[in-house]
Amino acid sequence: MKLSREQVMTIAALCRMKLSEEEVERFRDQLSAVLESFEVLQECDTENVPPTAYPIPLRNVTREDRAAPSFSQSDILANAPRQEDGSFRVKAVLEGEGN
Amino acid sequence: MNLHYLTIGQARRLLADREVSSVELTKSMLERISATEDKVHAFVTVTADEALQQAEAADRRLASGETTPLTGIPVQIKDNICTRGISTTCSSKMLQNFVPPYDATVVDKLNAAGMVMVGKGNMDEFAMGSSNEHSAFFTTCNPWDLTRVPGGSSGGPAVGVACGEAVYSLGSDTGGSIRQPAGFCGVVGLKPTYGRVSRYGLVAFASSLDQIGPLTREVTDAALVMNAIAGHDPRDSTSAGYPVPDYTASLVPDIKGMRLGVPREYFVEGMQDGVRRAIQDAIAKLEELGASVDWEVSLPHTRHALAAYYIIAPSEAMANLARYDGVKYGFSADGEDIWDAMERTRGLGFGPEVKRRIILGTYALSAGYYDAYYLKALKVRTLIRQEFEEAFQRYDALITPTSPTVPFKIGERVNDPLQMYLSDVCTLPINIAGIPGLSVPAGFADGLPVGMQILGKPFAEETLFRIGHAYQQATAWHERKPDI
Repeated sequence: MKLSREQVMTIAALCRMKLSEEEVERFRDQLSAVLESFEVLQECDTENVPPTAYPIPLRNVTREDRAAPSFSQSDILANAPRQEDGSFRVKAVLEGEGN
Repeated sequence: MNLHYLTIGQARRLLADREVSSVELTKSMLERISATEDKVHAFVTVTADEALQQAEAADRRLASGETTPLTGIPVQIKDNICTRGISTTCSSKMLQNFVPPYDATVVDKLNAAGMVMVGKGNMDEFAMGSSNEHSAFFTTCNPWDLTRVPGGSSGGPAVGVACGEAVYSLGSDTGGSIRQPAGFCGVVGLKPTYGRVSRYGLVAFASSLDQIGPLTREVTDAALVMNAIAGHDPRDSTSAGYPVPDYTASLVPDIKGMRLGVPREYFVEGMQDGVRRAIQDAIAKLEELGASVDWEVSLPHTRHALAAYYIIAPSEAMANLARYDGVKYGFSADGEDIWDAMERTRGLGFGPEVKRRIILGTYALSAGYYDAYYLKALKVRTLIRQEFEEAFQRYDALITPTSPTVPFKIGERVNDPLQMYLSDVCTLPINIAGIPGLSVPAGFADGLPVGMQILGKPFAEETLFRIGHAYQQATAWHERKPDI
């Protein structure tokens, strides 16, 4: 089953990524073929099989909480595309508060 | 004397005997880079000034006698491993101007060992790809045939070592990204056990699969690098607490009585005859060296690994790459409002393969598909892991080809993602299971390198080194150099 144009657009919106018309069409074809190849997994009987999220067994990993020097504000802001008064500058998040 | 093709072991002796200084060695390497880079394009950044400063410091250390096996030896580091003050781009427009404020743990460790970093290696964008064609900057070429791909995603690090631009390099491997390019370029590449090497400072692609490892000319060198970079790191909660052995102690060229298995599913449909012959000859050589070989092992779930991988890796990538929002660092596009700016930032900053995988991962995790895709893949992951566990009760190691083909032509697969994904069919089951895998040069087909992959149970790197070393003592494939 080929992905619809709307499906690709919906997914792109979910991951906040603007796609061109040409990309949407290309990804429809390419991803439909990839999704079709996933059908092979249906051969596997996974009834009563637990999922593996990490390949080596891990319990909750804890450590002592110790104070230590952190990065300076200028180090952290050095890569910021836009900054102002020691902060990252972004556009208004809530509508009507654009000042 | 030709300095650029030295192994770590050879360079170390010359430095210790004061026959060559680290500055001389580094200059020779930088000259080699100047002479070959316009043909192979293995580096995103060459750090000549920093390298010479590090070499001077290394020479002072060598003079004082306070050295390690890596002191003063030039290394190339993949451009997804953070280096403080030196741009770390992931070969992406998104991070083209990103300068990390900190070093990755492996970089800390190599600095402490007295490394000389000559530069950062080109790669497929965010380590997603098998050919280096998905670098946003340029495609690295295979030194054995410049019209062919070097493999990927650690193409730069493999080529750097293969044509003498660095003595060794560090790569990362999520589905074969160290081993496949190592095989394609005729060098040694190790994907350590998941958790053996700290991932702190490795730009995250798929957190349950990523692992940093060495690319070298000889297995001996890989053991030396692992001695320096392996170990627990409080800054990576998935790093393993097991003590790190002295890996060089495993370099005994004796594999008599070792039990090796050859899983037939790795000799896949579409495998090239020349590759098949080379691997069969290599396994016959291991048999001749005294190992007992079972040629009829079966791992039936191998055929499910590709699908499981291309659900799990993109799902994790989708979450990891959500951080690129154009606010704190990286590429940033303008837009009508905050959301438009973010969508444009991601639409313009990511290349086509990264977008494909983010879309794929978002789809696999979305409501209504989560159980059918993501959860199913995690359960199949358990089956694959169990299958390896059972095999390692009977065999000390498994032997497979690293890739079913020799390096393919640039442009041949880049527009067909499914064909490209098949390049990793022999390597990605290993990341799914979290076990270690070592690729060793094992001959040539049509004049192009073929890699043999040696697999072991978790934390059995020593077994892989022993087999790989015994094989290299008995063969000379790794001594051949490309004509460049």
